[in-house]
Parts: sequence; C-alpha cells; structure tokens
Amino acid sequence: MATMAFQKIYTKLTQITKATCAVKATGVGYEELATVGGRLAQVVKIMDDTVTLQIFSGTEGIGTDAEVIFFGRPPSLKVSEQLAGRFFNAYGDPIDGGPQIEGKEVEIGGPSVNPVRREDPSELIATGIAGIDLNNTLVTGQKIPFFADPDQPYNQVMATVALRAKADKIILGGMGLSNDDYLYYKNTFENAGVIDKIISFVNTTDDPPVERLLVPDMALTAAEYFAIQKNEAVLVLLTDLTLYCDALSIVSNRMDEIPSKDSMPGSLYSDLAKIYEKAVQFPEGGSITIIAVTTISGGDITHAIPDNTGYITEGQLYLRRDTDIGKVVIDPARSLSRLKTKVMGKRTRADHPHVMSASVRLNADASNAKTKMENGFDLSDYDQRAMDFARDYAEQILAIDVNIDTEQMLDTTWALFHKYFTPEEVAIRDEFMQLYWKEA
Amino acid sequence: MTKGTVKGIISNMVQVEVDGPVFQNEICYIDLDGTKLMAEVIKVTGNTAYTQVFESTRGLRVGDTVEFTQRMLEVKLGPGMLSKNYDGLQDDLNKMRGLYLERGDYTDPLDEDSVWEFDPIVKAGDEVLPGDWLGAVQENWINHKIMVPFNLEGKFRVKNVAAKGSYKITDTIVTVTDAEGNDLELNMIQYWPVKLPIRAYQSKPRPFKVMETGIRTIDTLNPIAEGGTGFTPGPFGTGKTVLQHNISQNAEADLIIVAACGERANEVVELFTEFPELDDPRTGRKLMERTIIICNTSNMPVAAREASVYTAMSIAEYYRSMGLKVLLLADSTSRWAQALREMSNRMEELPGPDAYPMDLPAIISNFYSRAGYVYLNNGTPGSITFIGAVSPAGGNLKEPVTESTKKSARCFYSLSQDRADSKRYPAVDPIDSYSKYLEYDEVRQYLDDNIAPGWVDNVMKAKDILLRGKEAKDQINILGDDGVPLDYHTRFWRSELLDRIILVQDGFDPVDKSTPIQRQAYMLKMILNICETEFSFDNFEELQPYFTRLINTLVQMNYQPFENEEFNNYKTQLENIIEERRVN
Repeated sequence: MATMAFQKIYTKLTQITKATCAVKATGVGYEELATVGGRLAQVVKIMDDTVTLQIFSGTEGIGTDAEVIFFGRPPSLKVSEQLAGRFFNAYGDPIDGGPQIEGKEVEIGGPSVNPVRREDPSELIATGIAGIDLNNTLVTGQKIPFFADPDQPYNQVMATVALRAKADKIILGGMGLSNDDYLYYKNTFENAGVIDKIISFVNTTDDPPVERLLVPDMALTAAEYFAIQKNEAVLVLLTDLTLYCDALSIVSNRMDEIPSKDSMPGSLYSDLAKIYEKAVQFPEGGSITIIAVTTISGGDITHAIPDNTGYITEGQLYLRRDTDIGKVVIDPARSLSRLKTKVMGKRTRADHPHVMSASVRLNADASNAKTKMENGFDLSDYDQRAMDFARDYAEQILAIDVNIDTEQMLDTTWALFHKYFTPEEVAIRDEFMQLYWKEA
Repeated sequence: MTKGTVKGIISNMVQVEVDGPVFQNEICYIDLDGTKLMAEVIKVTGNTAYTQVFESTRGLRVGDTVEFTQRMLEVKLGPGMLSKNYDGLQDDLNKMRGLYLERGDYTDPLDEDSVWEFDPIVKAGDEVLPGDWLGAVQENWINHKIMVPFNLEGKFRVKNVAAKGSYKITDTIVTVTDAEGNDLELNMIQYWPVKLPIRAYQSKPRPFKVMETGIRTIDTLNPIAEGGTGFTPGPFGTGKTVLQHNISQNAEADLIIVAACGERANEVVELFTEFPELDDPRTGRKLMERTIIICNTSNMPVAAREASVYTAMSIAEYYRSMGLKVLLLADSTSRWAQALREMSNRMEELPGPDAYPMDLPAIISNFYSRAGYVYLNNGTPGSITFIGAVSPAGGNLKEPVTESTKKSARCFYSLSQDRADSKRYPAVDPIDSYSKYLEYDEVRQYLDDNIAPGWVDNVMKAKDILLRGKEAKDQINILGDDGVPLDYHTRFWRSELLDRIILVQDGFDPVDKSTPIQRQAYMLKMILNICETEFSFDNFEELQPYFTRLINTLVQMNYQPFENEEFNNYKTQLENIIEERRVN
C-alpha cells in the first residue's frame, strides 16, 4: 500500500502498548486505516485529539517518533472475477506471486442485509457424508461450525466437505493456520483440480495474531461479491475461529476493557454474530454458506467461545473416533443442523426425517447399553441387538470415507433396521413401514 | 434546540460536547457527511453527553455536529401496525430502499396515505381521559380503537367528532377541550416514549385466567395465566426458538408481537415466510394478520437491540388499551442484557457479576412488570402475556440474567440439555419447571370450572408420577436392572409413558403441534388411568416391550385428528393391549 502525495504525516506517539499506540491527530475517522512506521493499523478509539490505533502486526520496534499516515478510509478489498484461484494474506495482498487484483474497491465489514430481502434457505448441500446428509443435512445460507478438539482431523474433514459440496466458489479464511495445514489445503485443492474456484485469505501462525481480525471480513466481502453480483453459491470455510477470538481478547485487553466470562471481551457475541450472520440465501439464487471450525478444549462447550458460537450458528457438528470401527465419524448423538427440517423429507425422500430420528434413538439405546456393559451389568437381548446395529451403522453409513447418496443411505438404514429390530422397536409411522419395511 | 459536537468515539459510544440543556434518554442525530445517525443520551457529565449510537460509527470524526431533539425514543402508534416487520427502532423494514440496512435509512412505521373507515364512539360533550376510546377503525380483523393520547394529562371535553366515514391517519377526527379551555385537535396518530409504561387503566388485578398455548407440557403441567409472565432459559440447541414459534402460532391471543432480539436472521426470515402462509387456527385467516414482528437480529447495531424489546412492549401496551389479549414473545432477553453490558463497559462503570451492570435485576424486573391483566377506564379487560427466552452462558442457570429473571417471571420453563439430546421436544424439564399460577386460588378455581373438576389434583398426580419415575430411574442406573424391585421398573415406565405421550410433542406435525385443552384433558385422564392400572409382570424384561407397545399406539393417536376413525381404532387397540396384562 503505497503512500499517496499530500498526506499529513504525524510523528508524535503519546502511548505504545503491545498491540496499540496513541497519536495526537485531528480529522481522523473512526475505523480508518493508517500506517504506523510502515505497518498497517486501524483506529479503534478517538478521544479529543488523541487517536488510538491497533497495529495489526504488533508494536515491536515502533518508536515514539514513528511516522503515522492516515488513509482516510476503512480497510477494503478490490473485488472482481480475478479473485478466483488466488491466495491472499489478511490484508488482501497476493501471496502466490501473481499480479495485484483489478476491480472495484469495497469496504470490508460492511452493513448487514435487510432481513426482509433475504430468502428462507431451502436448497440442500449434498456432501456424501452420512453424518451430514442423512442426520444433519446442510442447507445453502446456513452457518455451522465443527466443534473439535485440537487432536481431531477437522481440517481434513472440512477439506472433504468442501470438495464434495456442489458450490460455485469456495473461500477459505485461515486464521492462525499452521503452515503445514495451509499447504495441506493448497495441495488438496490443487490435486482435486478445483483451484480455479477457490479463493484463500490466510493468516498463518508465522504471521502476527492481530492480523487475523481482518481475515473473516476479507473472505466474506469476496463471498458477497460472488453471491450478489454473480448469483453464485459460495461456500466459506473459516478455520479456526477460536484463534480469532483469542486475537479479539488481546486487543480488548490492551484497551483496558473489563473482560467477561473466560477473559473474553463482553462484545464477543456481537463480534461473532457479525461474521456468521453474513451467511445468507438471496432470492436471486446467490448464497453464502459458512462452515467454520471452533477448536475446544477437552470437549468443553461451556467455554465462552463455543458457547456464544452455539447461540449464533445454526447447529454444530462434532467429530468422534468410533472405536468399534476405528474410523472418524460425525457424532450422530451430539451434532445438530438446525436447518435440516427445511429440506429433510421435502427435498429428500419423505421417510428421511423418520428414519433419521429412529436411527438416532436406536444409536442412543446402543450407547446406553455400552455404558451398562462397561459398568458390568448384564445385557438384555435388546441391548445386544442395539449394539450390533450401531456397529454396522457406523461402518456402512457413518464412516467419513463412505461416499453414497441420500437414497442409498436410507435404503441401507432400513435394511439394518430390519436385520436387528422388530417393527415396534423401530416405531416409525405405519405409512412408511408399509413402504419400506420389507422381508429380506 | 441544543446542539453539540463529537468529542470522542469508542465503538458505538460517542461523547458529545453540548451547548445547552440535554436530558437523560434524549434522542439526538449525529451528522456524518450528510447522513444522520440516531443516538440516545445515556449519561451526562458537565457539558459532555455520553450517547449510544443506533448505527455503525465507522468514519465518524471529532468535530462532527450533533442536533438534539428534545424527545425520548418514541414509537409512533396508530392503525396499520399489524402484519408489519419493524426493526428495533420501529422502522418499517419493507420500506427500506436497498439490499443492505444502510445507515440513516429511517422509515415511517405507519402508512400516512392509507385510508381507514372511522366509526365514532364518543359524541360532542362527553368527558374523556387519556386512553379513552374516541372511535374505531377496522384493522385486519381487529377493531382498532382510536384513543385519547396517553401522554396528555387531566380531563377533556369532546368538542367535535368527525362523522362516520373514510379518513387518513393524519386527518383530525376529534377536537377536545382541556380544563383551561384550549382546543386540541386529535388525529389517529400518537407517540409514546418506549422506556415508560402506559398506565391508562383503572386497575391491575392478579391474573386469574389461563392462556392456552396448545403446548401440552405448558398447558397441562405448568399453565401460564393470561396477563402472566414466563421465561424459558436453555442452553443452545434445546429449542427455545422453536418453542416460541410454536407458541406464537397456536396461542389463544388476539394479537402476537414477536421481538426477535439479537438472534439469528434466518429465524426471522422463517417468520416472514411462514406466517403469511399459515392459518390462524382461531379465525381461519392468515397468522400474519394478527402478528407484528420487531426484529433486531444479532448482526444489527447493538444499541438498537435494547430499544427493540421496549418498542415491542410499548406497542403491546397500546393494543392492550383497546381491550385486547396480547401475547408478547421476546427472543432472547439475554442479548438485550449483553447490549447493556457492552455499553456499561464502554462507560467504564464498575461491573457487577459477570461484568453485567449492577442494576440489571431492576431493569429486568421493571420490564416484566409492564405485562399484566388490566381493567381499562371503561371496565373492559385487556392483557399482555409475556414470555421471554433467556440464553444462559454455558447453560448455567446460576448466571445473572437467568437469576434476575427468575425473580420477576412467574413461570419458569427450564429447557434441558438431556431432553434435547434424546430428542424429547419441547425440551421443557417437567421436574425443574414451575408455574406460580398453580398456587393462585383464583387460577385453580378457573381450571376446575373450565377444564374439569379436580383438574389441579390430576396435574399434581402427573407431576408425582414423573418425579417418582425419575427417582426410580436413578436407582436402576446405580443398582442395575435386576438390583431393584420390580416396582421400580413399573414406576419408571409409568413416567416414561406420561413423558412420551403428554410431554413430548412433534412441533412439525400438523396435528400434534397444537393440542386444544379439551384434548389435553382427555389424554391426561387416559394416561392417569393406565398409570393407576395394575399390570402383572414376571420379571423386569417384560416391561420394556409391553410399555413400548402402549407408547407406540398412543403416539399414533397423538398424530390423528381428535376422535376420528383412526384415532378410535388405535384406542381400541390400546384397550386390548391393556387387557393382556391387567390384573382384575
């Protein structure tokens, strides 16, 4: 970002903390961009003639006589078709050695869509993963995170979802991504030959943490361009939002704000909502769907980050390692897609919601039986059958490497119901029992 | 008018240096390169007013000019509000221009050009008080009363009344004379500051009637009174919003006001899309015709979130003053409390528990007390029943918003994670939840008179069955299936039967989603009869298959229209199953 001519330069810093600095200046707009000693910064507080700036790359080595130059505009991104297939840093500058993007300059983090101009989401996104398609169907315009412990393969699962989902554009917002994971995504997309529909904004662990705060807005500004101007179905992948929240708390701490639960800023809910609520279905056909990763610690979802996220997103997905089959599955008991009822049985076969709830119930019975067994109690015949069912179900349907369409998933589930249970135990409405309960 | 200039900006809190008098909660407009940003004074120190801006403050500069209005945040009241979609500041969302909510795009909540058929109630010479009915217009199917503005004081004599006929809301319809002999021309519009309660009524008795919601776990176990208050705390994923939507679709109210406060936009879109399609079971007309939606979704500016619940309450009070039965739903009041917390933090106030402001309990309790059953000046009853959703952080009910609300609301519908995990919706916990109204003698009397004699006793029996079932289950889990007497299994399965048939309700099934109170009474009686029947079992393993059959048959009954052929067939089947093991 080159300096323009005739800009006023300030050189009197009155305060420097680890992430912010203050300078005496006038005529500065709130949230305006600036450079401090050549580093990008943004106005976060103005009090009379004292302007407080958050320096994205940190204040190490910034002197009290550093040059401060204001840009007169908030952070922005140039948008056009040229974005497709490119990799950028958190500021929207190319990092793949390619040329700068030509296009319309748009402020990032703009206003929200008028709710009456939205459309009720109703198009399903098929992924071939039963834990999603069968039990927790995703819908365009939805926002949903994976709640995963750091040791779980969430990046791999997300890359699988991205590749199998039918989207026009896939936008990756990487925050605090390790360099290895960044290269993993890059290679996976390249090998699948879909690089021309991928756009990435990446802040790796090599980059300063506060920079991450720009990544979601950059990714979503690009997403809005394709969803609104081009009426495309855009899938936005954000990983890892826990690291984004950590950056928020660093800035809030430097600003002397009173922390609320778990040392997070009191505005955490609003900050996260501003990101997730960009997920939208437009009447003209364009849509933004957000799949995010929120890493949690030891499965604790009462921590402020997963807790606030859960109240904002339309469900959440959990990964679980199924020890019976030795594979990772999407946990049918804890995962939930809130929008699934909009498409289940409407865009899919009519028995879908009933099969889904029966299988969830029977799986729950199986895990109760398992607990019973572990506690040394005798198992009833039903308990044993439920456990057998759960193992087959995990192996033939749930395992993440199974890639079949919803109809096949339903048929396989019916076959398993029939193999292990009586009609009373399955307890699905008579009209569907008559259609699908067949003698093998 | 007082003017000012911007002195400091931290997020949506702007400090303004003023050149004259300002008052607390005064509304001002900040000029940002020609765009007017609305803000409210929330604190004054010396000649600095601290304001919360209802918009994004991006680009605002020190020195920008501010104009004060000498008015508080007001709603504009009159015919034409039904079926509207408002934001938290009562802007008509459908009138906004662009795809995005642009700053400074404030729109008229009423339609000044629409014409209404006015039918006078008063005549010249009548004496009237604020809130008295002057005449009426027909708004959808509601007889919308045109009232003496609530913000007037004293008695007035009617001088002139317009003849029956068509008028715009801006036309003068009545002229009144005050005690000093000054004439006052009144049209159909009036304004009210949202933070103050409308008190134009004679008395506010204890609620004594029950409001039917069609939700069995509420109506049967813990009914809410008409004019009562309740709240539904629950961790995410326990179905707060689905429950609120179901109540809004089926409750027996004249008018529903939904305040979507800091929640998901897609949920509001669902209301926008579904309500114009859904039939109101009571009138056969579309649900949207009796609904007003106030929405400030979570991505909309945070200060307007606080305003949205007050806007909704003021509109509810306005319609209550017409003698209507209003149901107000707010989802979620925790988001409103968080908005208060963000602002309190920016003003550097000393924080209370979890960094919420110290006066949070008082603010919540003042708000809940605006609901209620009232007798208007002319003796007609009107009511606001209020149900708020609370989103406790981490699902912990000991957090400040839940605790403060518990002090004010009379019904507590605790949504439980366990029930949600086992897909038992609505996930209202039958043991933790309560309705204080069941303790009211007048409510008990009402239930006995209107549902069935001895009703409350039956409800208590049902609660006992559930509690004993839970205790039995805990014992079974500790001691094992064969480590407890057979009787424990029977107790558990009785409660399971009651739970699965009465408490669990399929919110997506056209029949099961709403149950009229007479059907609820019928089913409860049937379940209690089964629970009181003695069955013979040789060992505990016989119970599960047997009770599963009973439950399945009863579930099928729940899905059938009441007492149709299928329903009766299932009932016969059920009786046969009962006979198999009944001890004579």
